[in-house]
Amino acid sequence: MPDSTVVGLHHEEHQHPELLHHFADAQQQRDASSLGMWVFLATEVMFFGGLFCAYLIYRRWYFGDFAAASKTINMGYGATNTAVLICSSLTVVLAVWAAQTARRTLLIGSLIVTMLLGVTFLGIKGIEYREKFVEHHVPGASFSFENEPIPGRPGQYANPSHAQIFFSLYFVMTGLHALHMIIGLGIFLWLLTMAWKGRFTPEYHTPVEIGGLYWHFVDIVWIYLFPLLYLIDRHP
Amino acid sequence: MSMEIAIPQPVERENYLNKEYGVWSWLLTTDHKRIALLYLISITFFFFIGGFFALLIRLELLTPAGDLVQADTYNKLFSMHGIVMIFFFLVPSIPAVLGNFLVPLMIGAKDLAFPRINLLSWYLYIIGGAMMVHCMLTGGVDTGWTFYAPFSTNFSNTKVVEAALAVFVAGFSSILTGLNFVVTIHRMRAPGLTWSRLPLFIWAHYATSIIQLLGTPVLAITLTLVAAERALHLGIFDPKLGGDPVLFQHLFWFYSHPAVYIMILPAMGVISEIIACFSRKRIFGYSFVAFSSIAIAVFGFLVWAHHMFVAGTSVYAALVFSLLSYAVAVPSAIKVFNWTATLYKGSIHYDAPMLYAFGFLGLFTIGGLTGLFLAALGIDVHVTDTYFVVAHFHYIMVGGAVMGYLGGMHFWWPKISGRLYPEGWARLAALIVFVGFNLTFFPQFLLGYLGMPRRYYDYSHMPEFQVLNVLSTAGATVLGVGYLLPMVYFLWSMRYGKPASDNPWNAAGLEWKTASPPPTFNFDEEPVVTWEAYNYEELDAPHKEEVPVAR
Repeated sequence: MPDSTVVGLHHEEHQHPELLHHFADAQQQRDASSLGMWVFLATEVMFFGGLFCAYLIYRRWYFGDFAAASKTINMGYGATNTAVLICSSLTVVLAVWAAQTARRTLLIGSLIVTMLLGVTFLGIKGIEYREKFVEHHVPGASFSFENEPIPGRPGQYANPSHAQIFFSLYFVMTGLHALHMIIGLGIFLWLLTMAWKGRFTPEYHTPVEIGGLYWHFVDIVWIYLFPLLYLIDRHP
Repeated sequence: MSMEIAIPQPVERENYLNKEYGVWSWLLTTDHKRIALLYLISITFFFFIGGFFALLIRLELLTPAGDLVQADTYNKLFSMHGIVMIFFFLVPSIPAVLGNFLVPLMIGAKDLAFPRINLLSWYLYIIGGAMMVHCMLTGGVDTGWTFYAPFSTNFSNTKVVEAALAVFVAGFSSILTGLNFVVTIHRMRAPGLTWSRLPLFIWAHYATSIIQLLGTPVLAITLTLVAAERALHLGIFDPKLGGDPVLFQHLFWFYSHPAVYIMILPAMGVISEIIACFSRKRIFGYSFVAFSSIAIAVFGFLVWAHHMFVAGTSVYAALVFSLLSYAVAVPSAIKVFNWTATLYKGSIHYDAPMLYAFGFLGLFTIGGLTGLFLAALGIDVHVTDTYFVVAHFHYIMVGGAVMGYLGGMHFWWPKISGRLYPEGWARLAALIVFVGFNLTFFPQFLLGYLGMPRRYYDYSHMPEFQVLNVLSTAGATVLGVGYLLPMVYFLWSMRYGKPASDNPWNAAGLEWKTASPPPTFNFDEEPVVTWEAYNYEELDAPHKEEVPVAR
């Protein structure tokens, strides 16, 4: 009898309790989960990609109107949120490292800080949305964008319809991004409960890793959204 | 009583079907084989809904006057026929049923990589399907399956948003299936099963999954924009407000052209399996057939604008897209020529799956070659939005994809159900489908070439089109019988069919090396692959070698 089955049985008896039945070993399960998240992120790139494509076309067509509209959104909020998200990426990396090296307190702390930063981001986003709402810059029946000058072209005013396209894309893109943040917070809440129960060990911490991948992805989307939406034709 | 108990019953092997009973053992299953059957039932349901709409369309066109239904109803009929057939039948058909069942079996895995996500994908499909049924029952949608803006966003007064959301949700089901397949094929292959030993069915599903993963999200975001535009009048697709409806078409076809390959590639995978088995030969040019699937997936993403030659795209862009569309014919032709070369000097068996495969070869070739007509700028302008286009894509999607699906269902039915279907009836059904299909759709090539536009309910100004339309409607009736027959005898065989052996076709491939129906975890012992794909020469040699397993 060749040894492979013996080895296989031996494996099974000493398997980690988190190993699902259809995987041969923990390595295979880890690789599958991680590849699964990367593939999912590829679909996300395409999901946002359609919007970026629409954005780039209209920005090229209506550059002046887009610049005028972009000028009315608060760059300070956007810059703060960028900093917030970059910090949260750092705490996510810390969380992954803590899980790998079995530092439970650091893991729990990093997860909590990450979530706090995420909530901060959403809070600032909410304030921004409120301002847009007050200013009648939310697309729809009450949208108004009269007499807004086009930067660098004195005496010219933005076409409200074209500005509305900017704001539509602004709300759809940042809205979908915020939705991803909310889902991310849900994932991290789950990770936190798991970490609290002490489920993660150096042998088994894939959820932290792939949850982190997701979080980083959502951050990266923002890294593109910020300059594209907030920094059109800005000059000091 | 005691007498009855005393009679020894033949002990049935435990398999995935009889391991557990009860509704919840099905609705909460994570077994890819059970989920495949859940999909089979659901897509069959939608197939008959879509077929019912098709029947009404054909009945209306029986006479030149618009007498059976009025324009509004007719618009809804063809829209819902398209939406149901494409998003709720063709896209999930082979991948979600046969692919779900066979991918783990063919690569020697116990299940897909993410069994719970697999179940989630079925639930998403059901939620999307329920929304679509609700939409149809409460008024329907009349935009065509293409949801073209600005009609869908500004003018249609039907349930566009609900239909778009239904497609959106079903799209995520498709994405999750593709994700599961890619990860499973990368990470779960049995020891020894290298990429060059994979069945071509797996290569085809790998290519399909790539399209599902990279294309479907774009459709999802496009439909989101349509729904938002319709609700809030954003202006993104509205020319009055500076938006561009052609952008909608670009985004839509970026998914929906590759979606054609989501439908046809899995069928090509099925055909490769069937032709090798019933010619008793290794497939000719294995690596060419394998990589042509990948090539089709890649080229498929670069040709979308050939749907928009009359939509005001620049003539230079149109030239490039026309050229690239011709390029898709190369990998497709590679496949057809290699299948033909496989048949050459093979010992061909005319069993029902092979009859479907032959049907596929002929119909796909016609569909593919007429696709070249449409890739040519001059001819496309002449036949745009005519029945020529309708006939062309039905030759690909029905003549190609559905023939492949039915062929595959017959080929693997013994493995799925553990029973043999009645071969005589199956051959008859294959013949009826082939005849009925050609009778339905060949006249439409002629109609289109003569100038009959698609999506018209009334052609009383051109009564000379009636003869061809009558032929087409008659064909549709024959085709309907051809589709009902397999359903009847498959159901019959589940109870009365002869029990199938593990490998009734003496076919190569890991799925035939386990029991029929397979046990829940597919293989009693983890298989180790030491042979090349389609080793029919060895299988048919007098001294067959034992299948080595890890021992």
